Amino acid sequence: MRELLVKYLSYLLLVITLTFCAIGISIVFADGPADIPAPKQKYNEETLCVEPVEVMRKQHFEFVLEHRDKTVIDGIRTKKHSLNECINCHITANAQGEFARYSDETHFCASCHQFAAVNIDCFQCHADRPEEAIRKAMNPNQTVDHESQKINNYLELSHSESQ
Amino acid sequence: MHYKLDIDTNIENILNDVGESIDAKEVAYEVSMGKRDFLRSAAAVGGLAIAPGVLLYQTASAKPAAQAVSGKQRWGMLINTNICQEDCDACVTACNEEHGLWDLGRPQTDAQWIRKLNVKDKQTGHVTSLPMMCQHCEHPPCVDVCPTGASFKREDGIVLVNAHTCIGCRYCMMACPYKARSFIHESLEDQLPHAPRGKGTVESCTLCVHKVDRGDNNTACAEACAKDGHNALLFGDLNDPNSEISKQLEKHGGVQIRADLDLNTGVRYQGL
Repeated sequence: MRELLVKYLSYLLLVITLTFCAIGISIVFADGPADIPAPKQKYNEETLCVEPVEVMRKQHFEFVLEHRDKTVIDGIRTKKHSLNECINCHITANAQGEFARYSDETHFCASCHQFAAVNIDCFQCHADRPEEAIRKAMNPNQTVDHESQKINNYLELSHSESQ
Repeated sequence: MHYKLDIDTNIENILNDVGESIDAKEVAYEVSMGKRDFLRSAAAVGGLAIAPGVLLYQTASAKPAAQAVSGKQRWGMLINTNICQEDCDACVTACNEEHGLWDLGRPQTDAQWIRKLNVKDKQTGHVTSLPMMCQHCEHPPCVDVCPTGASFKREDGIVLVNAHTCIGCRYCMMACPYKARSFIHESLEDQLPHAPRGKGTVESCTLCVHKVDRGDNNTACAEACAKDGHNALLFGDLNDPNSEISKQLEKHGGVQIRADLDLNTGVRYQGL
């Protein structure tokens, strides 16, 4: 009985592994993976991306990572492989003239990252939309959220303690 | 590439000027070649003549985007406190606008890349007003103490924080004699493309590094000061003896704040 259960479980494991492999392969090798949400992008036959699509799909983060150090440390500001240029080209307004944020699943980067369960922290600091969209959305009177409230409380506490 | 494009644009403009001036003669040429062809050949001649001049101008103002910064330049700033107005904070506003900094109504923790100080001499009652920011030291204490190498001095003398390696320990804030650095306490949204900033990292004046790399040859604060007609802030290359800042410093001198620390600051003051 026990042997049968182990056998059954190992078969199940194999089937699951194979299914995931198949999904993975289809992401990497398919021309236009049907399961991934279609990104909004300016990319077309004439304005090709900076590298072939297959290369970008697999290695875009390596290019961005290399370019990041060149820019920050050496002040090299070429547009190829620059994160800002990725955003300027790939993040476009929808019919209502609105730009998706990284937290929206229609955002070019997010559409794939969410599907592939990838967590990145680029956009905690970096702009996820072109500058025009950000300048429009900027709110100097940002409301006090939970995090701000915590800091306020701390400051008030330390202030009253010092008195 | 970028660089070349600018030259082309200039040629295009010249070409348009040429086009207007030769309108009368154009008819004759149209027999043998179309208008466009003629203009193209005119552009070739014009381009040859103008190219060296354009090139000289380009190299003087901006480095090509692909070229790394070098120690040939040392960017600095000269602040004339005799001109700086006590009730004016145009430089602060401009800096906040340029880098997308806004206050959250909490002066203790709000980001402050540049601030205005009014210093009163108790003996005479004279009030000196001056902007204070990162002094872009040649020997920056913030760089000395940084445990990860995130705080660094660029080849051209600009002291920066590499937020990718910053762990937010704030040693640099403690080490800085000018209180020039701020810490970001909470998650941010809507940061500008040229000024990425995020929770858990330290930040300070970048001497408008994005503008410097673009070849603007000025900072947002200095531009704002000039726009208000004060011209108390002068940005320039301390290594270039022909730059306005070097000439001013040679002629009238300029002091460092806390010169006793031997940091050789890139920001100098007059009238202190």
